[in-house]
Amino acid sequence: MNRLARLFAIMRKELLQLGRDRLTFGMIVGIPSIMILLFGYAINNDVRDLKAAVADLADTHLSRQFVAQLEQTQVLNVHYSVSTPEQLEKLLRAGKISVGIHIPPDFDRRSIDANRTAAHLLVDGADPTIFGVANQLANFPLGFDSTETGKPPVRNLEIRPFYNPERRTAVNVVPGLIGVILTLTMILFTAVAIVREREHGNLELLINTPVSTTELMIGKVVPYIAIGLVQLALIVMFGKLLFDVPVRGGLLELYVGAAAFIAANLALGLLISTVARTQFQAMQMTFFLLLPSILLSGFVFPFDGMPPAAQLLGELLPNTHFIRITRGIMLRDASIVDVGNEIAVLAGFAVVALTLAILRFSRRLD
Amino acid sequence: MTGNTAIRARGLTKNFGKLCAVNNLDLDVPRAAIYGFLGPNGSGKTTAIRMLCGLLTPTSGSASVLGFAVPGDAIALRPRIGYMTQKFSLYGDMTVRENLAFIADIYSYDRSDRNRRIDEILREYDFVDRARQHAGTLSGGQKQRLALACAVLHKPELLLLDEPTSAVDPRNRRDFWARLFRLADSGTTILVSTHYMDEAERCHRLAILDRGVKVADGSPQELQDSTGMNIIEVRADNPQRAATILENLPGVMSVTQLGVRLRVLVPQEIPGARQTIDAELRKHGLTAAVAEVSASLEDVFVAVTQARPERAA
Repeated sequence: MNRLARLFAIMRKELLQLGRDRLTFGMIVGIPSIMILLFGYAINNDVRDLKAAVADLADTHLSRQFVAQLEQTQVLNVHYSVSTPEQLEKLLRAGKISVGIHIPPDFDRRSIDANRTAAHLLVDGADPTIFGVANQLANFPLGFDSTETGKPPVRNLEIRPFYNPERRTAVNVVPGLIGVILTLTMILFTAVAIVREREHGNLELLINTPVSTTELMIGKVVPYIAIGLVQLALIVMFGKLLFDVPVRGGLLELYVGAAAFIAANLALGLLISTVARTQFQAMQMTFFLLLPSILLSGFVFPFDGMPPAAQLLGELLPNTHFIRITRGIMLRDASIVDVGNEIAVLAGFAVVALTLAILRFSRRLD
Repeated sequence: MTGNTAIRARGLTKNFGKLCAVNNLDLDVPRAAIYGFLGPNGSGKTTAIRMLCGLLTPTSGSASVLGFAVPGDAIALRPRIGYMTQKFSLYGDMTVRENLAFIADIYSYDRSDRNRRIDEILREYDFVDRARQHAGTLSGGQKQRLALACAVLHKPELLLLDEPTSAVDPRNRRDFWARLFRLADSGTTILVSTHYMDEAERCHRLAILDRGVKVADGSPQELQDSTGMNIIEVRADNPQRAATILENLPGVMSVTQLGVRLRVLVPQEIPGARQTIDAELRKHGLTAAVAEVSASLEDVFVAVTQARPERAA
């Protein structure tokens, strides 16, 4: 009987404490409902609206009709029209498109020759999902012979996978994984930083010294940038040694991008730290950010295939931009100019989050 | 500078929602003195100290500390004060020396000065042998000593100490106070809060706080001389029974038992208190030695806090 009474005493105490912690209480309801709404809509393996560019060197009635029909499948969404296949490759390398449609000048003639493919599909093969979708398009019927029936399907399109011709998953996953790992470790480092000092009572002493808020905040960010870069070196090294993941672009450029990304995450962590009252709350908020950073960033699902609302949320996450940088530099030999926009976004993110954290941090106890 | 006054506060008030933590506090703390805040837990000592160093914004009233208005000029004030929080607020996972070095860097000592000052403090505060020990593994008394060492490292003009000795044994407390006296002698003003009577007695001046209100202030001697009470000490065979009898005697303000002795407070307006008490105890068949004695600080505390209406439940 006593045993049961003690058991109930513990349970009652747990619920009481849980009820007092309003943020945790909110998370009990918030995490499942928000996450299921978010990911239920976003997680979608039917990839649509892949960004595409077309280089129509034939420019005939037939070729234009062909492109229009490809677009009607809704799998591709033609964003650019260029004049040479080289330009397609350039767009592909910069990560602006996932698929390039190259229509050779002799398209009309090739299309009636059953032994030749009528056009080429240049595909960013790094992501196996995108490659799979492109593969289905290969059997796409040409409009003018759609009336003929009974013929075996002809491969009208020749697929040219770029960057990952062997289609190994690790090649696509490892660059994305860098972002996921750094998101978790970096946000967590600073998310608990201020809260821990508050909990241990150090903060009351510290805010009574000449230390300014900016000094305190920047002092808490900078050491961890170095730690983050060490983590990056480890992942890249293991990726290379164990999974043969290439670094085709410049290592220095990768580090510059990573530094901006790490700073953004650390600043975000500090912002969390000014909101959370306990270390536990800080950890909860970190995980609240981590899940979308995995699922909505393009790490798991092709970004172009997500619905617009999910894409919008994804754009707000540093990891989305960083994955574009790592995949660009590591797999497609993108230059710093190609991914310059993404680096700028991350740097801006870091500045905004740090400013908010400094503004939010109160040097008073009331 | 404001001459000989280190802290001056007028009408300082802090409300937390409906609770009035500090109510209309007037304060004049002279320089180079040890000024005590005496009061039970929840009397507003911590809140008052936090307002004086700019950590809390007063609801109303004003204060000037070393000539700086708080909280307005708190940033300019910071390098000139040392603050010791109630809770140990140094880094337990850093060594004694590392903690001191961190504080020295915060106060922008340059390299050579810094190391000289740290060595000096390590010697003065008996940490030479423990310089490499982690602060978290120090005893309660050692932690307080380290906290004081850190608070005075930058030679502040004013020290604010919030119940610095509440977790310290009597011997370490004596040692701690000896250091405070040395600091005051060298010109440092010290504001210290405590709930120990013996500590309050060592202050040059003190203010007694009760439920957010300053109910008395002055030197311990002045306070003892102006209780307005006659203190009657009673030694009875059965002190508990005597206490019950005297508590019901009209005119008696309070009865406090100290071992076999009772201290009975009777307002001075009531004449012949000693005789009345003696007679009352005899009437109940108790033999007792009854004598008039001089007031202790505890009597002062009882007298000034009991004179106020009971707190609302």
